[in-house]
Amino acid sequence: MAQPLVKKDDDRDDEEYSPFLGIEKGAVLQEARVFNDPQLDARRCSQVITKLLYLLNQGETFTKIEATEVFFSVTKLFQSRDIGLRRMVYLMIKELSPSADEVIIVTSSLMKDMNSRTDMYRANAIRVLCRITDGTLLTQIERYLKQAIVDKNPVVASAALVSGIHLLQTNPEIVKRWSNEVQEAVQSRAALVQFHALALLHQIRQNDRLAVSKLVTSLTKGTVRSPLAQCLLIRYTSQVIRESGVNTQTGDRPFYDYLEGCLRHKAEMVIFEAARAITVLSGVTTRELTPAITVLQLFLSSSKPVLRFAAVRTLNKVAMTHPMAVTNCNIDMESLISDQNRSIATLAITTLLKTGNESSVDRLMKQITNFMSDIADEFKIVVVDAIRSLCLKFPLKYRSLMNFLSNILREEGGFEYKKAIVDSIVILIRDIPDAKESGLLHLCEFIEDCEFTYLSTQILHFLGNEGPKTSDPSKYIRYIYNRVILENATVRASAVSTLAKFGAMIDSLKPRIFILLRRCLFDNDDEVRDRATLYLNTLGGDGSVVETDKDVKEFLFGSLDIPLTNMETSLKNYIQNPSEEPFDINSVPKEVKSQPLVEKKAPGKKPTGLGAPPTGPTSTADTYERILSSIPEFTSFGKLFKSSAPVELTEAETEYAVNVVKHIFDRHVVFQYNCTNTIPEQLLENVFVIVDASEAEEFSEVGSKPLKSLPYDTPGQTFVAFEKPEGVPAVGKFSNMLRFTVKEVVDTSTGEAEDDGVEDEYQLEDFEVVAADYMVKVGVSNFRNAWESMGPDFERIDEYGLGPRESLAEAVSTVINLLGMQPCEGTEVVPSNSRSHSCLLSGLYIGNMKVLVRLSFGIDASKEVAMKLAVRSEDENVSDTIHDIVASG
Amino acid sequence: MATFLSREVCPTIKNILLLDSEGKRVAVKYYSNDWPTNSAKLAFEKSVFTKTQKTNARTEEIAMLENNIIVYRFVQDLHFFVTGGDDENELILATVLHGFFDAVTLILRNNVEQREALENLDLILLCLDEIVDGGMILETDGSIIAGKAATNSNMDDGASLSEQVNVKWLYAFFPFLGRTVCFGRRE
Repeated sequence: MAQPLVKKDDDRDDEEYSPFLGIEKGAVLQEARVFNDPQLDARRCSQVITKLLYLLNQGETFTKIEATEVFFSVTKLFQSRDIGLRRMVYLMIKELSPSADEVIIVTSSLMKDMNSRTDMYRANAIRVLCRITDGTLLTQIERYLKQAIVDKNPVVASAALVSGIHLLQTNPEIVKRWSNEVQEAVQSRAALVQFHALALLHQIRQNDRLAVSKLVTSLTKGTVRSPLAQCLLIRYTSQVIRESGVNTQTGDRPFYDYLEGCLRHKAEMVIFEAARAITVLSGVTTRELTPAITVLQLFLSSSKPVLRFAAVRTLNKVAMTHPMAVTNCNIDMESLISDQNRSIATLAITTLLKTGNESSVDRLMKQITNFMSDIADEFKIVVVDAIRSLCLKFPLKYRSLMNFLSNILREEGGFEYKKAIVDSIVILIRDIPDAKESGLLHLCEFIEDCEFTYLSTQILHFLGNEGPKTSDPSKYIRYIYNRVILENATVRASAVSTLAKFGAMIDSLKPRIFILLRRCLFDNDDEVRDRATLYLNTLGGDGSVVETDKDVKEFLFGSLDIPLTNMETSLKNYIQNPSEEPFDINSVPKEVKSQPLVEKKAPGKKPTGLGAPPTGPTSTADTYERILSSIPEFTSFGKLFKSSAPVELTEAETEYAVNVVKHIFDRHVVFQYNCTNTIPEQLLENVFVIVDASEAEEFSEVGSKPLKSLPYDTPGQTFVAFEKPEGVPAVGKFSNMLRFTVKEVVDTSTGEAEDDGVEDEYQLEDFEVVAADYMVKVGVSNFRNAWESMGPDFERIDEYGLGPRESLAEAVSTVINLLGMQPCEGTEVVPSNSRSHSCLLSGLYIGNMKVLVRLSFGIDASKEVAMKLAVRSEDENVSDTIHDIVASG
Repeated sequence: MATFLSREVCPTIKNILLLDSEGKRVAVKYYSNDWPTNSAKLAFEKSVFTKTQKTNARTEEIAMLENNIIVYRFVQDLHFFVTGGDDENELILATVLHGFFDAVTLILRNNVEQREALENLDLILLCLDEIVDGGMILETDGSIIAGKAATNSNMDDGASLSEQVNVKWLYAFFPFLGRTVCFGRRE
């Protein structure tokens, strides 16, 4: 066929051959008069209808009058006995969707066709009539429809069944009366009739769980002929499984065998449907998953793109919840990266990023780079997110991952995409110390040519905090000052603040920073000039009296410890009640309202507000540190070493929800009780916790901070502080009693309460301070190097028997949790079926002692687990302590 | 709400498109209300066409767009598309596409190109009508669809017989088609 090649060059010629060239609505409507001829020319009429349909198909609309006119003349065509023409008439009537009074005209003709000897007529007349009919007419034709459902001609039966499915939406009570006939049709020998009957029967019975369950039970045992019907049955079966919930303790799931059996069906459509159904079973086990994964893996190497796509898309979803189950497919998945179809390649890559291991990272990154430009931004964001989590999993590979991020940062992309990359780099800089310098430089290069003000200011703020702590801070100055010269006012103001931070932190740079800041005094924007003046003053650049260094740093780096919403309310009040007195920031209440603490965004860094960008992502540790430092009683405790994850002290759904966070200091521990009052009718006042430390001998209580009031659904905190011997990992058990005064709330909408209250108490659960609380998870990027450089001086090695365990993976994670250390290089993941495993951990023990641990596990046939523990640290006592933890755990 | 959910359980086709080499409509049929206006439909067609234009879809290809799965196949200057929701079984959509494609191939007597398609537009519209009814799949076997659509106009009653004849005739001319209708079987 050489024809199309020629054609492409002269499209114009080609168009002239189009039978519809120059077609025009008015003319065609004129032509439609032939429908009224006494001597019908069937061929001619067909052509005109085709033209009308063509117009409708192209999006042309008929006015009400035009449509009515066409409709009436078309009905005349029922006189013709030409099959082809009749089919076109049916189509035309459906397209015109006539109004109720018009429908009456064709009803009798259509009903006649419904009883015709010609099956083709009957099937089509049923479909047309059901499409245009309303409830009243339906009762008249119901008898015929019931007959049609069980008609021996499959086309007629299907037409009636499918029409039934549509009618069920509008006239359910009528269609429900047909269930006997539909039931009979389910047993039909014609494949598609069975499919349509099954769909209708299920819809009729969908609200009756028992009936659906029975239907599924009988059909899964019987024969279902068409693949489509089989797919339907699989969907209904999963529905039944979902509703019946987790069944008997034997672990056997009802109908699982049926789904698994479908994996061996001859039609790919059914195999895939079954595999997909298995992967989304709630709480699916690895054993249940394996056969489904196996067939999907086969599909991955199919020659049909649709199959590959379907399989990789499903596996991608599985990888989110069960990454280990998908690792077996990694090799097939890697070959899909170069797939012609970019959708398949993207899915393959994101799946691999979720399941990949360290050795494959470099290769993977190379392959990804090639195709990043082909995919849409939304897909790219998915890839970036996947790469970030991969990097956190394998910190050793930060170099190639960081390079990749910086490369894509330079390419074209929208705001959301760029923001995702910047956020990722910022997180990597925070979590992987080695990545800091290169990461900051990448960000610097990015802001040199960044079109998004928001991102520029965010990066500048981050740079101000992190830049001065690097080995050579001066190299960042150029990038920052370039912003002052080249950017808009918001970014300039930001850059001025960043310059000031460098000046405050590094004395050697101070004189040079002053020169730059003085230049900013001539800026044409108020905010920029104000900031420059302010910083010159505070840093002493204008020769005036210099504030103490501490104050300056606090001013520059300290965050606003007042919730912004409170600040806003106070300022509004101030404006409404003008007074001579200046606004006093100390008058703003500091208590956080209505937001849970962890979700609180870091507030802007300056009271002046304008241009102060939201800071980068803050960790919960920062939040805790800020809270604790705002309580005067606790400021003398020194630097916060570690805060534990919250431990729940109440059952879910109780009157008062309380959890505790353990803050560890060198010589103290502070328990932060987060309390929530879940009773709208109560206001709690003077809330505090009485702690019984009789089972924690080394601790002695030194102070507490009660919570003044705890209204409904507004979390509040109360604190209790203990002293303990310095640097010693004291452990113990604490029992707690919540004490408070209850006041009845008079009006729940305003929260107004009665004056008198009753004292009451509420028993909380006990919790323990354990050795792991003294260990901070700190990863190292290269474990071997760290291990070698630590040296064997304080190495302690011993072997332990852990007794029978459920699995090797369970034993590994138990030990990791016991020690509370950071697994390195992804060694916390135990490949399934392996008999031995090595795990590398690193952490920082109280007193800032680096600790590295090598664990070797082995499991024998009786599931007996043995472990060799090698510890290296900077102090032999610490090494011994680690062994003590394991020995006592 | 329950009715709506159950409708979702059933395999549903959102639309079937037949476009030309410039992305213009030859014949289209929408079954879902996702694109309420003609301009929304045109916009969808445009984005589908642009997204798939670069690919060489000699056999069934597949793409995702706006939370829809689209299976497609191109032959000469004709582009075939079938769209379904993003949780639809891809292979079911592919089977529908296959049926449509085979039926059109039979109807156009293996001369699958735009002009031929426009000249037989009536038959192609009938094909669409026989494949899907209001989103429900009616028939997926290309030869049966083509048989239903291409009923010989000169015959009156006894059309079902003529269908058989017609299909046999088509098979005689295009024996290769027997293979293509078996999509969905394991090789």
